Amino acid sequence: MLKINDFVVRFANVNGTGSASANYLFAKAIFRMGIPVTPKNIFPSNIQGLPTWYEVRVSEKGYYGRRQGIDIMVCMNPQSMPNDVMNVESGGYFLYDSTKQLHPELIRSDVNYIGIPLMEICLREFTDPRQRQLFKNIIYVGALSALLNIEFGVLEQLLTGQFQGKEKLIAPNIKSLKLGIQYVHDHFSYPLDLRLERRDLVGNKILIDGNSACGLGAVYGGATVAAWYPITPSTSVVEAFESYAKDLRIDKTTGKKKFAIVQAEDELAAMGMVIGANWNGARSFTATSGPGVSLMNEFLGLAYFAEVPAVLIDVQRAGPSTGMPTRTQQSDVLLAAYASHGDTKHVLLFPNTPKECFDMTADSFDLAERLQTPVIMLSDLDLGMNDHVSEPFEWDDSRKYDRGKVLSAIQLDTMERFGRYLDVDNDGVTYRTIPGTHATQGSFFTRGTSRDEYAAYTEDGTVYVRNMDRLLKKWNTARYLVPAPVFYQQENRSRNAVLFYGTSTYSVEEAMDLLREQGTLIDAVRIRAFPFNPSVETFLDAHDKVFVVEQNRDGQMRTLLINELNASPSKLVPVLNYDGMPITANFVIQGIFNYL
Amino acid sequence: MTYIRPKFRHPSAPTNDLGYTKREYEGALSTLCAGCGHDSISGAIIQAYFELSVPPHRIAKLSGIGCSSKTPTYFLGKSHGFNSVHGRMPSVATGANMANRDLMYLGVSGDGDTASIGMGQFVHIVRRNLNIVYIVMNNGCYGLTKGQDSATADAGSKSKAGSVNPFQPIDLAGLALELGAGFVAQSFSGDKPQLIELIKEAVKYPGFALINVISPCVTFNNNPGSTKSYDYVREHIEATATVDYVPLKTEITAAYAEGTGTDVEMHDGTFIRLEKLAAHSNPYNRLTAITALQVARMKNAILTGLVFLEPDPTDLHETLDTSEVALNKMTETDLCPGKQELENINASLR
Ligand SMILES: Cc1ncc(C[n+]2csc(CCOP(=O)(O)OP(=O)(O)O)c2C)c(N)n1
Ligand code: SF4
Ligand SMILES: [Mg+2]
Repeated sequence: MLKINDFVVRFANVNGTGSASANYLFAKAIFRMGIPVTPKNIFPSNIQGLPTWYEVRVSEKGYYGRRQGIDIMVCMNPQSMPNDVMNVESGGYFLYDSTKQLHPELIRSDVNYIGIPLMEICLREFTDPRQRQLFKNIIYVGALSALLNIEFGVLEQLLTGQFQGKEKLIAPNIKSLKLGIQYVHDHFSYPLDLRLERRDLVGNKILIDGNSACGLGAVYGGATVAAWYPITPSTSVVEAFESYAKDLRIDKTTGKKKFAIVQAEDELAAMGMVIGANWNGARSFTATSGPGVSLMNEFLGLAYFAEVPAVLIDVQRAGPSTGMPTRTQQSDVLLAAYASHGDTKHVLLFPNTPKECFDMTADSFDLAERLQTPVIMLSDLDLGMNDHVSEPFEWDDSRKYDRGKVLSAIQLDTMERFGRYLDVDNDGVTYRTIPGTHATQGSFFTRGTSRDEYAAYTEDGTVYVRNMDRLLKKWNTARYLVPAPVFYQQENRSRNAVLFYGTSTYSVEEAMDLLREQGTLIDAVRIRAFPFNPSVETFLDAHDKVFVVEQNRDGQMRTLLINELNASPSKLVPVLNYDGMPITANFVIQGIFNYL
Repeated sequence: MTYIRPKFRHPSAPTNDLGYTKREYEGALSTLCAGCGHDSISGAIIQAYFELSVPPHRIAKLSGIGCSSKTPTYFLGKSHGFNSVHGRMPSVATGANMANRDLMYLGVSGDGDTASIGMGQFVHIVRRNLNIVYIVMNNGCYGLTKGQDSATADAGSKSKAGSVNPFQPIDLAGLALELGAGFVAQSFSGDKPQLIELIKEAVKYPGFALINVISPCVTFNNNPGSTKSYDYVREHIEATATVDYVPLKTEITAAYAEGTGTDVEMHDGTFIRLEKLAAHSNPYNRLTAITALQVARMKNAILTGLVFLEPDPTDLHETLDTSEVALNKMTETDLCPGKQELENINASLR
């Protein structure tokens, strides 16, 4: 059956063999042909030697979620071969290195085999052992380009761009592509019935991973101090910040850096540094994953209670403990919402695209300063470490950073008496001063112990309660400042609804389309922040059943809705995917149909 | 740097170069136990900054948790302060310093705060060479939680309850030397003149400056048999080199008799004069400084004074090559690359 722009290719490779850039070339070429594409890395927690996969979904309809079922398996890993063969859809294709004969056990009658003697070609064409290894990857991309109809000009253009400054690498790469194409030409009939056709479906969109978008967002948002401790899948956030900052944040006259990055001794220290820098008037952030957030708990409580801004990007992975460190989940929702001891709650943001990663990171500095509290962005491994087709980044040059309620020396001079924790505006957000602002006015002692409106230490219960209640008032103010939820309908049309957030969005949107095609209409809302905007409560009230789609075992968002909005547990139906793989539309539909 | 003269001051009270009286450097009334060594150190801090004529609002004081970490409330009341969490002052100070290199940083900690829960952060602040004065008020116990042994308690030291500490002590000065600290001093809360001079020198020092101060806990660790009691410390103290503070940009005068001391040229071209150098100690040599500490330990002596000095340190800002303009002074204009640049980035991602 002819399938145009609608299939899944999976590459099975060995970690550390240079396959990543070849696979990326494949995905990017499809993107350049104007076709919606979603590549995902499926990799172990290992540097070299273990199996790793790269799964590319092509979707004419523009579905960017993961789809189950592999139409074409490109298997370069003998170790994973038995499983890889099993995973091909009936009628699908299995491309392998035929230098060695396939074991008869690996032959399925319902799968089409495409054997290309990659190693043999490499041994014949290249002498350098490293090149023999690397160009094997490019040869299979060449073969696929013929089989699937990828435009050669697009590949050529991409390689030329990639090797700018290293021009002598272009020729052997092009040669390798052509070797693959030639082999297909000589041995197979092509293109396959699964194939690509140029379209104009991605418009001016960009292809980038969420972590890079966060790093860039931090540069645009005015972050100057980054403190961090390496952990997958968050490491590339600070790495991206550094590489963008080295380009965009060097003082032109002095050559010095307008940023400071400190690799801390652990996540406790990273958060301490972020708090110290923000207290002192710089915009500062850190990025980590679940285990790091656990370590930051005590400090998060301090920042909440002492009212110090802080930005934390949590790129979630599968826990608990080390869990599946290279697999995705949305399982830090409760940890982040109530991080620390005592009565604490934190502002959370849930991005679902790189564009939103960029926007929310930049905005989080405004929010943290406006609210004088930690803001935690909950990204995940799928969003952070995989490339996504995204709306392009935007910036308004007239935008000013919102530094919140910070008093200047002149303001201090003209005011009667400065009270650091005095609720002057009746919104729970009080005025702060930055150390060194004024010679005699405005200094105060920041502490995690109870204090009165003038920052003086006290253990008077009524003063403590007054302060804790004001913090709640501030929390209420936050409900209107955080990004509003996205509703998928002007007016509710059903008694049933689906609620979701972050990377589940792709698959839920696809599922909603499929449901609509089958005649099932369902309302939908995407949560973008905690605390919940009041409209979320209204939405829950207006529906009998709300499917809460999440990528964790315990329905953590559902718990949050019950806990914070008094939502009736019986109306909130959990749809939970937590195997570490990004959720699929089929999974969502199953979950919903089980109940409907 | 602008500052306004304080409105009220006692007409006869002496003032410093800024016209401030000592009161401008004081804080709230201490709530520590009467006779606590920590209060004497607070007094020395007040006196040192007063004599140095540092505008109080140019100082940021930070601490962890403990009786010692409470003291920032009791000095420099006109300075911003940050009482953070137990053992984590170094990280907060590091972030603060990165944000604004123009302020002067004073970190205050206890031996529990630094040598136990905060050991991880302590060693890293030392090796990063953050520009800060780091004072440990070392009483060999956890004062605030009622006297448990700390990691600096000497092996064999007896607690008030009568138990004998079986574990080896952590020598913070020795450790700092190992980690490359450029300014390492030890003192005793009961030797205020020496302590004041050391603090003044540490404040001037453009890198990490540790002052490990033995500071007896009168309530829980001042008993016979304790090696951190007033009596024991007084009997076992051994001064290595006392320092005479030479104010910034002031030339050394002939008042210093030839041959009694050594002048050390500092980073900024000023000098400090070391006097009464013990025979075995050479404060510019890390190796002999480490030896001096070890020898003293073998003799059960407490070495005080400036133990080691590296005159030309490289602080963290220099290492990271950060802008001379404090990062917290920067605005959108300095920090945001703008729309056009973002368009270029978008184009590179298509
Ligand atoms: C995370 C944490 N654990 C334990 C405590 C309890 N605590 C408060 S102060 C202290 C010890 C302080 O000892 P030290 O730093 O030597 O200060 P001192 O009171 O002796 O001056 C402890 C264990 C705490 N505040 N935080
Ligand atoms: S308990 Fe000890 S350390 Fe604490 S204030 Fe009293 S004397 Fe000082
Ligand atoms: Mg102590």
